[in-house]
Amino acid sequence: MKSLEELKAIREKMQGQIGIRNESSDQTRVVVGMATCGIASGARPVLTALSDAVQTKGLANVSVTQTGCIGLCQYEPIVEIYEPGKDKVTYIKMTPEKAQEVVEQHLIRGHIIQKYTIAEVLG
Amino acid sequence: MMTEISLNVLDIANNSIRAGAGLIEITVQIQRDRDALTIIITDDGCGMTPEQLKSVEDPFFTTRTTRRIGLGVPFFKMAALSTEGSFKIDSTPGSGTTITAVFGLTHIDRMPLGDMNSTIHTLITLNTHIDFLYTYSFDGNQFTLDTREFRQVLGDVPLNSPEVSAYIKEYLTENQNEADGGYHI
Repeated sequence: MKSLEELKAIREKMQGQIGIRNESSDQTRVVVGMATCGIASGARPVLTALSDAVQTKGLANVSVTQTGCIGLCQYEPIVEIYEPGKDKVTYIKMTPEKAQEVVEQHLIRGHIIQKYTIAEVLG
Repeated sequence: MMTEISLNVLDIANNSIRAGAGLIEITVQIQRDRDALTIIITDDGCGMTPEQLKSVEDPFFTTRTTRRIGLGVPFFKMAALSTEGSFKIDSTPGSGTTITAVFGLTHIDRMPLGDMNSTIHTLITLNTHIDFLYTYSFDGNQFTLDTREFRQVLGDVPLNSPEVSAYIKEYLTENQNEADGGYHI
């Protein structure tokens, strides 16, 4: 049985670090569609891949969140990226592998992966 | 159509979130002697009127505005009933909703339970303003995860901070293994 003692240790380690995380306007939001359509198409592993990658890469200015039905059910799983001062980028038919590429290329290096965007796929 | 029961749970729990719930209780109960796999999802959200309750199992009913079809509840119901199980919704406006789905555990048409831990982890870390009480029970061996207990220990350290998120993942995996011995459900 995993104990709550370990959780106490985490708290002690982390106290004092709280508040460092910047929730200000330079925050990039990564939004995953998680309604019935998204979940049925495989949005949960995509979301997990995004959260894990953002955490392991230590991207403190990126937050991963969920939303309901975006209205484009046939293109799910859909991931939208909102960067301050830039146009929204919509990636469609995502997989955990593509999600990792998006973290590497788009979120870290700033290169939009055109071939996964809705504009490119639907031509 | 979902491929795992755990994905239905994630989908149905999102209805509770949209209903403004402060506490969502999710129970997974496996009873081999009764050949039953029971899922219970209870929330303290806004509940439904008798009229809404009547139409919620209809695929052409939804409260959202992007599209006039809602398949979450019908999918879950169909999945349970196709295993000679049962499906029930109780709801009271202003006090909340309970959904109970019973599956025939060894029925050939029962889809796998799937990655319940990933569903619970996703729900907790993405909805840190809501409390979750998760109970997993296998032939009477059970464990619970109560975010209210976690919060008490953590103080102002958020449930979605990387360290706590990793702890929750391990907590779920280790305790489920202890309860069911890795039995494939």
